[in-house]
Amino acid sequence: MSTKQTLATVWLDGCSGCHMSFLDIDERLLELAVLADLVYSPLVDTKEFPEMVDITLIEGAVSSEEDYHKIKKVRAHTRLLVSLGDCAVTANVPAMRNRFSVRSVLERAYLENADLNQQIPVEVIPSLRERSVPVHQVVPVDIFIPGCPPSNDTIYYGLTELLAGRRPDFGTMTRFGA
Amino acid sequence: MKRPFKTRIKTLKIDGIDVGAREDETLLELAQENDIFIPTLCHLEGVHDIGGCRLCLVEVKGTNKLLPACMTYAEEGMEVTTNSERLQMYRRQVLDLLFSERNHVCSVCVSNGHCELQWLAGKLGISHVGVPYLYPQLSVDASHRFYIYDPNRCILCTRCVRVCDEIEGAHTWDVMGRGTDCLIISDLNQPWGTSDTCTRCGKCVQVCPTGALFHKTKAVAEMEKRRDFLPYLRTMREGRK
Ligand code: SF4
Ligand code: SF4
Ligand code: SF4
Ligand code: FES
Repeated sequence: MSTKQTLATVWLDGCSGCHMSFLDIDERLLELAVLADLVYSPLVDTKEFPEMVDITLIEGAVSSEEDYHKIKKVRAHTRLLVSLGDCAVTANVPAMRNRFSVRSVLERAYLENADLNQQIPVEVIPSLRERSVPVHQVVPVDIFIPGCPPSNDTIYYGLTELLAGRRPDFGTMTRFGA
Repeated sequence: MKRPFKTRIKTLKIDGIDVGAREDETLLELAQENDIFIPTLCHLEGVHDIGGCRLCLVEVKGTNKLLPACMTYAEEGMEVTTNSERLQMYRRQVLDLLFSERNHVCSVCVSNGHCELQWLAGKLGISHVGVPYLYPQLSVDASHRFYIYDPNRCILCTRCVRVCDEIEGAHTWDVMGRGTDCLIISDLNQPWGTSDTCTRCGKCVQVCPTGALFHKTKAVAEMEKRRDFLPYLRTMREGRK
């Protein structure tokens, strides 16, 4: 059994841009790999969230029932939960639908704007909750990293600080919309 | 803001530093002169202050009330604190409320990177908004030939109202309603493009701290606003009197 720390990343309602920015750490990923094992992520094969993970990065807002149940579970099995990026931190673009009812949003997307096969899906696609909300409105969050997406340097700095047991101070490195 | 009488000098302390002030000087002006940063949003050099945003609140020894630095004159013997933990907490709350009251989506905003609200949030270390967002239904007014008014990004600082009234002399903008229903309106609450009073000078657009007022033909990267004209106009006018 390795004594390395464990790292997970979770993709909720986001565009995957934050994951891309994470990958954009490039060769420094190797340095991170020395410090921690990536045990759960859209980038690895594991299907079940592990019993306990040291640090979990969350990309995306909580928008669907699936997001909701996932984040509850992830929180229960994570030591340090990190909201990564504006969608997780503010609900950002996903929340732009909040001014309209779920019904009218679905009708717009699947009926009015569809040329073929106009119907609102009832299977496979998780059902939307009334509103898209930031992660910290559903479960307690330990660290916030705003940015759309936060830069690779910001993510690298944040992770190395956390892995060293320190609380990162992002100062002016990032901001909403950065 | 100027006091209408002759100047005498007052001595006081800001953050423990001894400073001298003219008695027609506000604590904000005094702090700025001494390179002490106090956050502001409604304050705009060249038009009168209203003490609306409450970001510039400071502590003054001897009173429990917090005082807006932009509206408080320097007094002899004052001891002013500009950055205590209590002040930081209130400033954070003000920004929380500003962000949650309208629909701010910085990542897709015309003013991304040039916005005073966004900048201040970064400067004051606001990593997230602590209260639930309200998501009001507000429609964008694109009826003007050159400019757009998007109330979703308006923070009700009334800089536009004051500059249009006090500098341009048109008084196109005004304030309607109270609390979360409060809105900036043009003329008699009509589409801006149909306003009889607007001279299309663009001053309101230049002084708006956020992306609520912007130029139709400008892209995000060009959305930098120019405010330098204001103190200049003001000085020229005062000099003429
Ligand atoms: S006006 Fe400023 S704070 Fe609001 S969305 Fe635009 S950049 Fe962000
Ligand atoms: S363009 Fe000029 S006249 Fe028109 S509303 Fe703005 S400040 Fe007033
Ligand atoms: S439109 Fe701009 S200048 Fe006018 S009150 Fe709103 S934020 Fe302030
Ligand atoms: S700047 Fe003083 S209250 Fe807004």
